[in-house]
Amino acid sequence: MHWSRDELGDITIRRCFYVSEFAQEREQQDARFKKMDQFILDLKQEKFNGSYDLAYKVINHLRKLISQTRWAHAKELMGVIRKEGKQLVAAQPSEYVIGNMVRRVLKIVREEYVRLLGKSEEFANTESLHKMLTSAETEDEKYMKSLKELKTTVMEAVSEYIDEMDASIHNIAAQAIEHIHSNEVILTIGKSRTVEAFLKQAAKKRKFHVIVVEGAPLYHGHELAASLAAHNIETTIITDSAVFAMMSRVNKVIIGTHSVLANGGLKAVSGAHIVAQAAYQHAVPLIVLGAMFKLCLLHYSDIGGSEATFNRLASPHRVLDYYKAGSQDLCNVQVYCPTFDYVPPELVTLFISNIGGNAPSYMYRLLSEMYHPNDHEL
Amino acid sequence: MQSADVGDPSKANKAVKKSVKKERRKEKISNKGDSSKSQQQQSVQQFDGAVAPKSKAELRAERRAKQEAERAAKTLKKEEQAKSNKAKGPQVSANLQVDDPKVQKKAAKKLEKQQVPQRTEGHKKVTLFSHLHQYERSVSITKDIGFGSTGIHPAIIKLGLQYAEGIITGSNARCAALMNAVCHLIADYETPPQKELARHLESKLKPAISFLNQCRPLSVSMGSAIKYMKIKITKIPSDMSDDKAKQELISDLQAFVHVNITLAKQAISNSACSKISDGDVVMIYGSSSLIIHVLNAAFKTGRNFRVVVVDGRPKLSGIRALRHLCRAGIKCSYVLISAVSYIMPEVTKVFLGAHGLLSNGYVMGSVGTSLVSMAAKARGVPVIVCCEAYKFCERVQTDSFVNNEIGDPRDLLATDGSSSGPLIKEDAYKNLDSLKVLYLTYDVTPPQYMAMVVTELGMLPCTSVPVVLRVRSFDT
Repeated sequence: MHWSRDELGDITIRRCFYVSEFAQEREQQDARFKKMDQFILDLKQEKFNGSYDLAYKVINHLRKLISQTRWAHAKELMGVIRKEGKQLVAAQPSEYVIGNMVRRVLKIVREEYVRLLGKSEEFANTESLHKMLTSAETEDEKYMKSLKELKTTVMEAVSEYIDEMDASIHNIAAQAIEHIHSNEVILTIGKSRTVEAFLKQAAKKRKFHVIVVEGAPLYHGHELAASLAAHNIETTIITDSAVFAMMSRVNKVIIGTHSVLANGGLKAVSGAHIVAQAAYQHAVPLIVLGAMFKLCLLHYSDIGGSEATFNRLASPHRVLDYYKAGSQDLCNVQVYCPTFDYVPPELVTLFISNIGGNAPSYMYRLLSEMYHPNDHEL
Repeated sequence: MQSADVGDPSKANKAVKKSVKKERRKEKISNKGDSSKSQQQQSVQQFDGAVAPKSKAELRAERRAKQEAERAAKTLKKEEQAKSNKAKGPQVSANLQVDDPKVQKKAAKKLEKQQVPQRTEGHKKVTLFSHLHQYERSVSITKDIGFGSTGIHPAIIKLGLQYAEGIITGSNARCAALMNAVCHLIADYETPPQKELARHLESKLKPAISFLNQCRPLSVSMGSAIKYMKIKITKIPSDMSDDKAKQELISDLQAFVHVNITLAKQAISNSACSKISDGDVVMIYGSSSLIIHVLNAAFKTGRNFRVVVVDGRPKLSGIRALRHLCRAGIKCSYVLISAVSYIMPEVTKVFLGAHGLLSNGYVMGSVGTSLVSMAAKARGVPVIVCCEAYKFCERVQTDSFVNNEIGDPRDLLATDGSSSGPLIKEDAYKNLDSLKVLYLTYDVTPPQYMAMVVTELGMLPCTSVPVVLRVRSFDT
């Protein structure tokens, strides 16, 4: 429920006519709604710092929602979560992590419900013809048994998932030694916390060389290079234009990603596609690091539609300075500053996530383990 | 005393040398004293164990034998040197052997002899390019240059500074400016008495070219122009008067610029225009004077197209191209090279300029050209390179490492003005030992990414470069 300021004003007038306990409850609900409003505002204003931070905030918000709202059975809980989830996704449609978290929580609720009923998880997932004909519950009655322990088990499972998320960078970095040998030359673009941790972990045991592409116009590569060099890893910064020239000396390309799409493609930082293409031309393997919560259900379509939410165009000031552009000459020029790139799955060699390494053709299968098919549409 | 066999010339040589030295020492001893030569020789010979004192004729014969021995030794030495020279093979430029200290010492000595100032090497070098110079931009290369008749001509000094500061950029502009400066040099040149114009002028040009090379490594276009200059100078007939020779030279050099740059530009525009049709979206990279001319010419013929300008750091030369095109009234878009994949679905053709074309069909251009061609080829967009024929060179190269120009790494870092911002500051760069910054200037593009090259001789595939070179070498 989204209360505007006028409506809140209205409520305070009407409060006089309510019995006191109802008034108290209403106050609590108002406060809660204000907090949720605040969170939605934060999302709209992008007050988060990268995908880990955002995922963490969203799932904590959902956990608060589960503990604080009143619900009788699993279906009502899922309805509440779904409604909230729709608002959150609408607030920031280009961040797929929000939708991922919501669907993950819904999947957790379903799993816990089924487990409490005594049936196995596998059973809950499979939609066999036999099950459909002989199931005790109809579609409407599913998930409507009221179970006392559901709340606590769901909260536990969500906390467990949060811990798993916290440890995901560490889990990915622990696999670094398996993938980097000594005297290797590794190329990376932009700044990814996962890649940074990965390389630092490998540098504890192996000596190798890192080439960082600076990634104009945001120049995140400079930050990454400074951080790696401070750890005594041999680092070289190159411009974006030199990628093809340097690629013949590179042994591996390791990049992080913003999200992983359902077909195994990537939504990565701008410039990642040409790096991937150059690597493909030189037969250099491209390794993508990312935690499992970055895996989303969406596909990429070239033709209209998803373009609107796929890419975000930042201020052109970063590309063509107001002052440099100066005079009347350049006032009719269209300047583009995209922040993301789509990398098709054919260019990716390996995904490394907290549960291990996978080929991009396998990613669609992992989707069914993370999200329930009925939740694909919120 | 003849050398016995081919295998042992050095040993025989040494034996001959020793005997010659002995004889000379004996002569010195004999000449020191007041007593006559013959007496001394007799006494020395007695010392050696010879039996009887020798007559004058015998001494003369001995002297003749000595001279012949020395002459034989000299010819042997020359033969050896010639053999060792043949074994060396073609000379590799000292600019590609920076990691060899002997070669660098020789080059430094040569520069000192020519009174050309040397540049300081950078502090932090990228090891992958340790065979190339990695200079840091100095405050002024010319602060130690003296003005005198034996020094470098002031027009050349001015030109060198313009190259070093980046005021004159672009292969055509650099070549034209070079010819202009050399014309000044020739006009002011006076042949000293008893010297031939052809030989002395060449010796004047050498330090000038070394100086320009120090300011900024010579481009392929400049190399071509210098070769032409040298051929013209050697072909001056010795009976021509100095004034006439100078005038002819100057007009020849100006004709070179006119034919190979100006006329070629017009010819290329005419043929390349036919490749641009209505509704096209043309992508260009950086700023090439030739490509801008082509696009302007196409626009004047009334074709309706728009241009996407792709730019690369840190030169950001695309802004110059943008200004030229906008002034002509062409609709333009502007992106950085990282956004090439974003904009490529809209693009129908790619036009690229080249710094030079190598004999194996590779195109040497400003860094980023290869990336744009590869991205275009991957989407099936044709890539057309426009290049004048004088930029074709006999060099072959397969990657961008063996021969390149490394710029000052501080150009990539934060400028002094901007205190905040994501770029690394210069002092942070100096303090971090493991951090290196690489500023490449050129890269080579393999021919499979390019559809064709448009030259004034027609539209050719990239692999036709050696054919064109042969044809041109027959013409000159």
